[in-house]
Amino acid sequence: MDYRLNFDAVWRSFDLLLSGLALGLGLAIVSIFIGSLIGLIAAFAMLSKNKLWRGIAVAYVTAIRNTPILVLIFFTFFALPQLGVRLGKIESFVFTLTIYSGAYLTEVFRGGLIAIPPGLREAGLAVGLTEWGAQRWVIIPVMIRNVLPALSNNFISLFKDTSLAAAIAVPELTFYARQINVNSFRVIESWTVASLMYVFACYIIAAGLRLVERKLAIP
Amino acid sequence: MMSEPLLFIENLHKSFGKLEVLKGVDLTMNASDVVSIIGSSGSGKTTMLRCVNLLEEFHEGRILIDGEEIGYTLKNGKRQRLPKAQIARHRALTGMVFQTFNLFPHLTALKNVTLGLIKVRKMKKDEAAEVARHWLSRVGLLDRQDHYPGQLSGGQQQRVAIARAIAMNPKLMLFDEVTSALDPELVNEVLNVIKDLASDGMTMLIVTHEMRFAFDVSTKVIFMNEGRIGEQGPPAELFNNPKSKRLAEFIQNSTF
Ligand SMILES: Nc1ncnc2c1ncn2[C@@H]1O[C@H](COP(=O)(O)OP(=O)(O)O)[C@@H](O)[C@H]1O
Ligand SMILES: [Mg+2]
Repeated sequence: MDYRLNFDAVWRSFDLLLSGLALGLGLAIVSIFIGSLIGLIAAFAMLSKNKLWRGIAVAYVTAIRNTPILVLIFFTFFALPQLGVRLGKIESFVFTLTIYSGAYLTEVFRGGLIAIPPGLREAGLAVGLTEWGAQRWVIIPVMIRNVLPALSNNFISLFKDTSLAAAIAVPELTFYARQINVNSFRVIESWTVASLMYVFACYIIAAGLRLVERKLAIP
Repeated sequence: MMSEPLLFIENLHKSFGKLEVLKGVDLTMNASDVVSIIGSSGSGKTTMLRCVNLLEEFHEGRILIDGEEIGYTLKNGKRQRLPKAQIARHRALTGMVFQTFNLFPHLTALKNVTLGLIKVRKMKKDEAAEVARHWLSRVGLLDRQDHYPGQLSGGQQQRVAIARAIAMNPKLMLFDEVTSALDPELVNEVLNVIKDLASDGMTMLIVTHEMRFAFDVSTKVIFMNEGRIGEQGPPAELFNNPKSKRLAEFIQNSTF
């Protein structure tokens, strides 16, 4: 075993790795935003008195949470076009990640909503807010603040899951790391740098989110 | 000239499933009346207030505020609950203060009061803040306006809750055992605020276990017993000469 570390090839393509990291972050951000909306709606559906809404929400969450994400990615990218839905690879991946995060956030929001004491809604109604007004101005803001730590964790998981986009050749960090590996045979160097970039990015994101959590926490 | 009663309740019935909780309650209040409701736990006091505030649906009877029937209407001879927007408007005719305060935990004391003013009364922010400061100052908490509920004592939270309700300018204030969740040393600061409002001429319907307070503040006291009004009258009469054995026992077992 006489492997000499040589990072030249990696440094030469470092801007590609950085752009891949940025793309991954972007994919995660878009997905968690739209996924939060879906999750919020599905959480209300799960708690609604209407059996049909409840059924749809339960089916959605159960199906998505019990399918490996890589299978979901392949399904959207390879199977959907056969059914006439043709998406670019980035759109296809964002679609999958959004649906995926929506299912997990449904559970987060559902738990958050259940934990809100019923008196809060009634206090909102008592000052004359409508049912929707009480949800919009009281229940949802309180619930979001309470589940912020869970949201942060979800976001970090989601960001790491963007590495799976390499499987359908979305040019994010993992995709470029492999490209460098294949082109330069610098196996250890490319994967070490990629790993460190993930670690570093996750660390920074987590620290940033803790700040936001602390700022928004209910005193 | 006879004026409309401010609150008119006729034959109010309410059941939870098979359990009939209100079995035909009648009550008339005029403007500036302060009516206290006493009675043992489970007799239906809270349920009655919640019907007046339309937080509960009721199956029979009518409730009129200032001559207007609230919550229900007759359509083709059938009794029907009004649509949500109308319910919200009728609900705003009364202000409710809860046993457990129920302040909005994510908002400061000031914003707890301004939320309804801005979202329901459609006031501008500045105007709402001015109204809110007026009422926070009335309950002695102007210096706490930027505190969150979690940073206030129970008594202070309940005073903010009173300010929040009364700032909406309701015709009738409803209080449901508002001192029951408080440490004994914090009870009086809340009761004093209510007395202060009474001396202003605010019309109030108050469920309470504070007999001394009920005696002092009320124009009329009602004894609820198993879903009915057992007895009612001026406080002195009711407390000194209870007619029924149930009330006599209840008073004997209460602390003054
Ligand atoms: N949401 C509800 N569902 C079922 N029963 C209820 C509900 N709320 C109150 N009750 C019952 O109605 C009765 C009257 O309750 P309540 O009005 O709270 O009495 P009080 O305020 O006088 O103590 C009690 O027997 C109580 O258990
Ligand atoms: Mg009660």
